[in-house]
Amino acid sequence: MDRAVREEMDGRDASDAGEPANCCVDKWGGLRLVSVLELANISKHFGAIQAVNDVSFSLEAGEVVGLMGDNGAGKSTLVKMIAGNFHPSHGTMHLEGKELVLHKPADARQHGIEIVHQDLALCNNLTAAANVYLGRELRRGFGPFRILDYGAMYKRAGQLFAELKSETRPRDLVKQMSGGQRQAVAIARTMLSQAKIVLMDEPTAAISVRQVAEVLNLIRHLRDQGIAVVLISHRMPDVFDVADRVIVMRRGRKVADKKIASSSPEEVTGLITGAIEQVA
Amino acid sequence: MAVTLDQTIAQKQHSFLSRLFSSQTFWVVIAVILACLFLSFATDSFATSKNLFNITRNVTFVAIVALGMTFVIITGGIDLSVGSVLCLCSMVLAVTMHAGYSIEIGILATIVTALAIGAFNGVLIAYLGFPPFVVTLGMLSVARSLAMVASNNTVVFQFGPDHQKLLALGGGAWVFGIANPVLYMIILALITGFVLRWTKFGRHIFAIGGNEHAATLTGVPVKQIKVAVYMISALSAGLAGIIQTGWLGAVTTNLGNGMELQVIAATVIGGADLAGGVGTAFGAIVGAALIEVIRNSLGLLGINAFWQGTFIGGAIILAVLFDRIRNFRRSD
Repeated sequence: MDRAVREEMDGRDASDAGEPANCCVDKWGGLRLVSVLELANISKHFGAIQAVNDVSFSLEAGEVVGLMGDNGAGKSTLVKMIAGNFHPSHGTMHLEGKELVLHKPADARQHGIEIVHQDLALCNNLTAAANVYLGRELRRGFGPFRILDYGAMYKRAGQLFAELKSETRPRDLVKQMSGGQRQAVAIARTMLSQAKIVLMDEPTAAISVRQVAEVLNLIRHLRDQGIAVVLISHRMPDVFDVADRVIVMRRGRKVADKKIASSSPEEVTGLITGAIEQVA
Repeated sequence: MAVTLDQTIAQKQHSFLSRLFSSQTFWVVIAVILACLFLSFATDSFATSKNLFNITRNVTFVAIVALGMTFVIITGGIDLSVGSVLCLCSMVLAVTMHAGYSIEIGILATIVTALAIGAFNGVLIAYLGFPPFVVTLGMLSVARSLAMVASNNTVVFQFGPDHQKLLALGGGAWVFGIANPVLYMIILALITGFVLRWTKFGRHIFAIGGNEHAATLTGVPVKQIKVAVYMISALSAGLAGIIQTGWLGAVTTNLGNGMELQVIAATVIGGADLAGGVGTAFGAIVGAALIEVIRNSLGLLGINAFWQGTFIGGAIILAVLFDRIRNFRRSD
């Protein structure tokens, strides 16, 4: 069924692909009463190790949330639960008011939760378009006689790169691309379907300064489309540059959840290291 | 802005010619043509219809198996068992038909055998995480031994009631005097090329070879596809076995001995990368052709047959060397 949706999407113009991805207008009569994602008392333990401990927070549409914390603070585990890689030991998740139970990453994708992996999960030997469509290739033909629709995939991938204001070309091999272009390919993937939430794991960790600006622009672009973005990052300047809100985790617990405007890098650093115990 | 979106979308990294010149397969084709031209002038016996018929037919068995091997190598795997599987499949066909069953049942039994072996290899590799090298090396030994068990290590040359049908299948020339094995090879190469280029399955094979982890994360059914490629490889060995049995009219237990090396060599010479992610059907055929032309020419030029291995090995190293040089240049 989702193939039909995708193919329908593919037929659309670039111009109308920019509408908010998570429109809940019909259901709630124009009012967005519920958060896109609501986590309640989520915990995860691996044997005796308590990786995530009683974490609750909510995500609004069109919001960028920076998720910060030291190594081992539980950021990745938390995100992996939202992406369907892990199943929470305790607690519940709600997507647009409905309970969300994920058994595998594909389930998350079906619900409009996309993840950009830290290593980007790209195949160097394939073209940009092939990578964007990896695992959900477009095909044409009838029944069992269906062949890859190269034209449509090049076209749509090209439109996505143009939307992202990236200089990436759909027919280029990923092998020969810069870090920023590779990020654009990984991010374009999340725009194929009607994503509601995009989780980004350290998208600026391994690229040059100029490319960081490029990636932050890509994130703003997702936000402008009404997508909720969770940005896991170690880089304070990036989070303060692009995020609306920052959540800090330390040793599995949420120790802060506040507007960027009412926080400061010093405070966040204190929270990460434990110099500041917790803020409301 | 001078560049429109359509131009960007249409933009190719390389022109047709630059892509052609940078392709290993192209240079191997040139090498084959040059070798053929040279041999036509240097010897009287090369460009005779009999010798050419010989060459084209000899190419086919290695080439057909190399087509199956191409799938495996593109995923970054290897199948060392193909020579033994070919032998076992030939033997299953021979023994079944010798026992009085029809050719249809014989072929069916052969194909089922091949697919079962491929599935066994594939499941061990994909689901239990065995290294492909080890599993298929084990199967190399097992399959040949089973062939000996099945035939009690005898030569089978009587194929029951459908004896003539089998010989015609492998030895005939039904269309325009082209040897049947060559026809089968062309058909299988076209199918392979189509699958690799135009199907989702083919695309996923390349993805697995390029970055298996990425393929898994993006929802490609990596394990099922890996099982499928080993089944395809074994199936191609089985088909080559059927055709070769019909061509030779007899099956011995040393059929296909050492063939895995020729097949892997053909695939690699034709441009496939043992690290995975690269390979074509046409390359496999051309690689097989180059090996056969080298082998044939050594005989015609009166060079001691003991030198064969040296020349074929040299061709493998040379082919990969060109690829390395290109990579060095690119990384500069």
